[in-house]
Amino acid sequence: MATTTPTDVIDRSEEIRRIQRKEKWRRRIPLLPALLFTIVVTQIPFLFSLYYSVTEWTIRPARPRTFNGLSNYAELVTNKFFRDALLTSVLMTVSSVLLSLLVGTGLALLLDRKVFGQGFLRTLLITPFLIMPVVASQVWSSQMLSRTFGVVNWLLETVGVDRIEFVSRYPLWSIVLVLVWQWSPFMMLIVLAGLQGQDASVLEAARVDGATSRGIFFQITLPQLRPYLELGLLLGSIYLIQVFDHVEVMTGGRGAANVPYFVYQRSIGGGWSFGQASAFSIVVVVFSIIIATFGLRVLSGLLEGEEAA
Amino acid sequence: MSGGNTGPVVGARGLGSFLLGIATWIITLLFFFPVFWMVLNGFKEEVDANTDPKLFFDPTLDRFSEVTEDTTGLLSFSEAFANSFWSVLISTIVVMAMAIPAAYALSIRPVEKWRDVLFFFISTKFLPIVAAILPLWIIARDAGLLNTRLVLIILYTAMNLPLAVWMLRSFFNEVPKELIEAASIDGAKISSQIRSVILPIVAPGLAATALLCVIFAWNEFFLAVQLNPVDGTTVPVWVQSNVSSRGNFLAKLSAASTLATLPVVLAGWVAQKRMIRGLAMGAIK
Repeated sequence: MATTTPTDVIDRSEEIRRIQRKEKWRRRIPLLPALLFTIVVTQIPFLFSLYYSVTEWTIRPARPRTFNGLSNYAELVTNKFFRDALLTSVLMTVSSVLLSLLVGTGLALLLDRKVFGQGFLRTLLITPFLIMPVVASQVWSSQMLSRTFGVVNWLLETVGVDRIEFVSRYPLWSIVLVLVWQWSPFMMLIVLAGLQGQDASVLEAARVDGATSRGIFFQITLPQLRPYLELGLLLGSIYLIQVFDHVEVMTGGRGAANVPYFVYQRSIGGGWSFGQASAFSIVVVVFSIIIATFGLRVLSGLLEGEEAA
Repeated sequence: MSGGNTGPVVGARGLGSFLLGIATWIITLLFFFPVFWMVLNGFKEEVDANTDPKLFFDPTLDRFSEVTEDTTGLLSFSEAFANSFWSVLISTIVVMAMAIPAAYALSIRPVEKWRDVLFFFISTKFLPIVAAILPLWIIARDAGLLNTRLVLIILYTAMNLPLAVWMLRSFFNEVPKELIEAASIDGAKISSQIRSVILPIVAPGLAATALLCVIFAWNEFFLAVQLNPVDGTTVPVWVQSNVSSRGNFLAKLSAASTLATLPVVLAGWVAQKRMIRGLAMGAIK
C-alpha cells in the first residue's frame, strides 16, 4: 500500500513552499532594478532633507551645523513669505490645472467634429505642449505681453487701451496664462482619446430617440469622459505643482514665488540657510503627500475600473 | 424651438457647423500664433524685432549663424546640444531598459501587491524635485558629479522612470493572455517570450513612452541649471544665456529658441497619434 508518512508530507509541503518562494522571486527579479534605482535616487535625498531640517545650518556666512530641534518648523508658522508662497502655489496649481482642463476639453470637442484640415489643426494645437518651458516663458513675456514690443500690448493700443506691463503687474496670472497655454494641448490629447473611444452606435441611438445634443453631451459623453478627465487632473497636478521654470524666467520670483521657488530662494538660490530651507521642503513634501493621497484615490478608481472590465 | 428635423433646421445646422469650423480655425491659429511669431522673429534684424510688430521685413539667417557661432568663454550651441543629446538619449535608453521588465512584473506575471508597487512609483512623482535639490546638490558635489553629464543622466532617469513604468504597464495589459500562455506552454523563456510575443504588440506604446521621456528630459531646465552651471549644461540653459542685459536680443533669442525647440516639436508632430493612444487609452485600460 502506498502510504505517505508524516515526514513525507512535511517534505512535500516544504518542497511546494520552496517552489512557491522561488516563483515569487522569479516574478520579483524583473522589477528590482527599477524599484531599487527609484528608492535610492528619490528616497535617500529626502532622508537627508529630514535630517537637515532639524539643524541650524548656514553656508554663507559659514557656520558649523548644529542641532536645533523643531525651531525651523516653528518659524514656518510665523514666516509671512512662506504663507504667501503657499497661497501662490495653491492658486497657481488649482487655476492652471482647472483652466487647462476646461480649455483642453473645449478644443477637443471642437476638433472631434468634422473640420476641414483636422489633422493640421491638431498638429498646430499640440505644439505649445512640446515647446520647452523656458522658451514658452520667454516668448510670452518678451514678445507677447511685454509693454514695449509685445503683440498683445500693441493690439491694446490699436484699440485705444493703455499699454500694460502685464508680467510685473499681474505676475501670477501671467504665469498661469502661459501654463494654461502649454497644458491645454496635453489635456486636449487626453480628452480626444476619450472622445474617440466613444461608441458611435450609442450616440446614434440616442439621437434617433430624439435626445438633444446638450442632453447627449451631459448624459452620455461627459460620464464616459470622466476617467479621462480624472487622468488629466492627476497628471496635470503632478507636473503643475512643481512649476519652477516659468516662475524663474518670467518673474525671477518677484510677486509670484510658489513654494518650490521659495525653497530654492532660501537655499541654493542665494539664501544659503540650508536647515531652514530643508524644513520648508519637508512641509512641501507633506502637502504633496496630502495631494498625492487624493490623486492616488483617483488612480485607484481607474484601476478598479480595469478589474471590473 | 424643438421644431424637429425639417428642412430649414437642417440648413441652420449646416450653417452652425460651418461657423463652428471657422471658429475652430481662428482659435487654433490664435493658439499657435506665439510659436509662429517666435520663429518669424528669428529671421529678423534686431531693429525689426524690437519695434511695433512687423509682419513684413527682409528675412535674414544672420541671427541663426550668430547664435550657433562659438564664442570663447560663453556656452556654445554645439556643446549644449551635445550635452542635451547624450543626457536625453542615454537616460531614455536606461529608463526603457528598467521600465520594460518592471512593467512586465506589474502586469503580465504580476508580483504580489503589484498595486502598492505601482502606487509607490507614481507617488515619487508627487514629491517635488525642489525639495530634494539641496541633498542632491550636496551628494553630487561630494561625489564629484557636479557639472557632468552623468548627474543629469541619473536624475533624468529617475524623473521619467515612474511615468514609463506606468504607461508601459497599461500597454502590457493589452497583450492577450492566451498568447502569453501559449508561449509559456511552449516552454519559451521569459526573455524570448518578451522579445517574440510581447514586444511586437506593445511596440507603438514603447515609442510613445520613449517620446514622452525625451520631451520631458530635453525640456528640463531646473536640474541642469542648478547642478551643471559651468559644464555639462544643456540646451534650455543655452537658450536662457542668450538673454542679455545690454542691447537688443529679441531676434537672437527667437532664433535660439527656434533651434532649441525644433527637435522635440518635430518628433511630437510625427508621433502625435501614438501619443494620444499612449497617454490616455493605454493609461486607462
